[in-house]
Amino acid sequence: MFLRMSRRLGITLFSIAAVVCITFALTRLLPGDTAEYFAGPAATKEAIQEVRVKLGLDKPKYEQFVHYVQDLSRGDFGQSLTTGQPVIRDLVSRLPASAELTLVGLIVSILIAIPLGVLAAVKEGSLIDHASRVVATAGVSLPVFFTGLLLAYFFYFILGWAPSPIGRLDIIYSAPPHVTGFYLIDSLIARDLEVFWASLKQLILPAATLAIFSLAPITRMTRASMLAVLSSDFVRTARASGLNTRKVIITYAFRNALLPVITTLGMVFSFLLGANVLVEKVFAWPGIGSYAVEALIASDFAPVQGFVLVMAIMYVLLNLMIDLLYGVIDPRVRMAA
Amino acid sequence: MKRRDFLKSAGAMAASTALTAPAVFSPAKAQSRAETMLIVSEGGPNNIDIHGVGTNVPGYEVAWNCYSRLISHEMKKLPNGVEYYDKDKFKPELAEDMKIGDMSATFKLRKDATFHDGTKITAKDVKWSLDRAVTVGGFPTFQMKAGSLEKPEQFVVVDDNTIRVDFLRKDRLTIPDLAVVVPVVMHSELIKKNADEKDPWGLNYTKQNIAGGGPYSVEKWTPGTEVIFARNENYKLGPLPKTKRIVWRIVPSAGNRRALLERGDADISYELPNKDFVELKASGKLNIVSTPFSNGVQYLGMNVTKPPFDNVKVRQAVAYAVPYQKIMDAVLYGLGGKTFGAAANKPTEVAWPQAHKYNSDIAKAKKLMAEAGYENGFETTLSFDLNFAGVNEPTCVLIQESLAQIGIKTTINKIPGANWRTELNKKVMPLYVNVFSGWLDYPEYFFFWCYHGANSIFNTMSYQSKEMDANIIAARDAAAINDKATYDKSVKGFVDQAFADVPRIPLYQPYSNVAMQKNVSGYQYWFHRRLDYRNLAKG
Repeated sequence: MFLRMSRRLGITLFSIAAVVCITFALTRLLPGDTAEYFAGPAATKEAIQEVRVKLGLDKPKYEQFVHYVQDLSRGDFGQSLTTGQPVIRDLVSRLPASAELTLVGLIVSILIAIPLGVLAAVKEGSLIDHASRVVATAGVSLPVFFTGLLLAYFFYFILGWAPSPIGRLDIIYSAPPHVTGFYLIDSLIARDLEVFWASLKQLILPAATLAIFSLAPITRMTRASMLAVLSSDFVRTARASGLNTRKVIITYAFRNALLPVITTLGMVFSFLLGANVLVEKVFAWPGIGSYAVEALIASDFAPVQGFVLVMAIMYVLLNLMIDLLYGVIDPRVRMAA
Repeated sequence: MKRRDFLKSAGAMAASTALTAPAVFSPAKAQSRAETMLIVSEGGPNNIDIHGVGTNVPGYEVAWNCYSRLISHEMKKLPNGVEYYDKDKFKPELAEDMKIGDMSATFKLRKDATFHDGTKITAKDVKWSLDRAVTVGGFPTFQMKAGSLEKPEQFVVVDDNTIRVDFLRKDRLTIPDLAVVVPVVMHSELIKKNADEKDPWGLNYTKQNIAGGGPYSVEKWTPGTEVIFARNENYKLGPLPKTKRIVWRIVPSAGNRRALLERGDADISYELPNKDFVELKASGKLNIVSTPFSNGVQYLGMNVTKPPFDNVKVRQAVAYAVPYQKIMDAVLYGLGGKTFGAAANKPTEVAWPQAHKYNSDIAKAKKLMAEAGYENGFETTLSFDLNFAGVNEPTCVLIQESLAQIGIKTTINKIPGANWRTELNKKVMPLYVNVFSGWLDYPEYFFFWCYHGANSIFNTMSYQSKEMDANIIAARDAAAINDKATYDKSVKGFVDQAFADVPRIPLYQPYSNVAMQKNVSGYQYWFHRRLDYRNLAKG
């Protein structure tokens, strides 16, 4: 067990090192000249050169790389030129926004998709099976920004039920004191129910958008894995032994069907975290996805590198967590190790 | 914890929750909403110091509203009722009196002026700030130079309340250049406290902190999300600003910005697609103000150093092929100033921009192509900046279609915003659409940057002409000594030549469009085209 874990960690460190090198190389290959962009619309050649020297971009590439790695080892991700802040501060302040949105979206999605998938498998070929297929296909085939705009159009513009899509809080409120960075949790800690409601209301539409998009993989995976388990020998035995259907499906079948579903959830989560940039743009959500894209447009290297690095680390940690979860859910995995 | 204690504390917690539990609609919040102006726009500042490295255009808006300058402009009313800055009339801001001598200007400072923290503003601060602007390099230094403000020695402290600006040479742009966004007055002691040897001008501090005495201060800035401004309650340099609090939220989706306006949740928005502005105007629910960019022209540029555009007949052929009216109708929805199709007998004016005499005339264009020896046409690329794809892309498609009719086959080349300046600087693009507008609204200023043989970055065509240069310099020199006859003659001379040689074809004068609720008043158009918060008021 220990050996396996340490080998895994070794691989993890290696992949992070690779990510550091690749992001550095990729951002340097991007078209566009950072110095010219930031010298402003009225710059002379000398002014551009001044900016270049100030940003250290006149030095040879390998020297820039050595500086970059040295800074990284000190926890310094560099300065973002677009927001003017240290990248690490930007990421730390923006990550909770993305994480909160993604988690709420994922929870909503799970609450709908898993029962739907189970039902579809149990009643294979029934109306509910077809309905779940239609819902899932429709959800995944609508681009997220379209779903987002559509929801905003109906629920905000036409009906006026949802609050205005201007980020995490309406302008009359101020953010709760920072503890976790999750407004829902922080507002409860501060016992400010008004802010809690306000931030929950802001979350509904973007979270629903994400949920609709991620319904498909979870529903389909639940259904497929449930079908496989339901047709297996031990379920037949359990049924033959006269256990009630509820017990058979939930205790025996579902628990066994969970492994692939968990794997899918992990993938969907990390995918949503990075890919919800469009939802963030539509709802003016100050998350890390929109941050990275804005930086990319401005040829601003440091935030892009920081973003990719953080995402890689999160992805690696998430996979580690899922591996550990396997053991909790399925003793066979533990035994095998 | 004993059971009893637990019950007690749980009770206390419930009670405190009940105390803070809100009514569904709290009157205090509604009050603050009424005193808050909500502005939504596509992008936000990256640096709130106008002297900073790479401060973007939204950053100018913060600097404009949070710092004060020695002088500013008076306002005048346009025929359509819009308040517009008067480029010829200056009014004191921090200075209560300005005396312009032959080779210097002397400013007496107001004695009651203070920075946001209450410290008195002295001539020392003014000198330190102007020194900073001409020394830090990059954009601010460049802008100061445009008004012949180049050396720290030019700024002399006479006494605590008096500062003298010595002129390097006679230049009509020196005084106007002291009223632009760059020459702000900063709290020198506060910044020095936060500076070090590596950063003697404290750029790292002012990047995120306001050290000024302007009408507003930044209460909170979350980059990429919002800027919250609070009124400077001790503002003495003019009337107290009308709105207590300004919230500027960044809403990247144009559709949502429009929805926010139409639902009445946002008070002001700019940076909307032209189509939205036209529709909003027609609906009549909002107040839409469209103002031409002062000294600004959207143009089709040609690289005159290489064939085929080194041939003036080819350039004229292109000028006759451009579908000007279609661009006005289908791209701008009418929200642009006409710069084409002047009557053949219309005399040249002493003004810029003004309409040229080309019109869409394919037959004439074909004839010119034949005269130039290009009966069979040629192939080339037409480039544009993706940052402004909303207008650039349809414009280029229309031009492509028209040029095809005279045998010029174009491939459209979309260049990402980050790369656009690099490409412009190389000066190799044969054909491209671009825009230029100058803060200082003088024809010779525009021409010096865009047509002069010194080949500045904005002379994107690499145009070279001795007569053009002579006329531009003559106009500049004549303006400095108030020689109107020579000035008029020279301006007409360079405008005529620009139209005859057409290295760049003016397409239209862009408009700055702002949409606001009917109850919002006090909008003013400034040369920087950003919002001035001082007069904005609700209800």
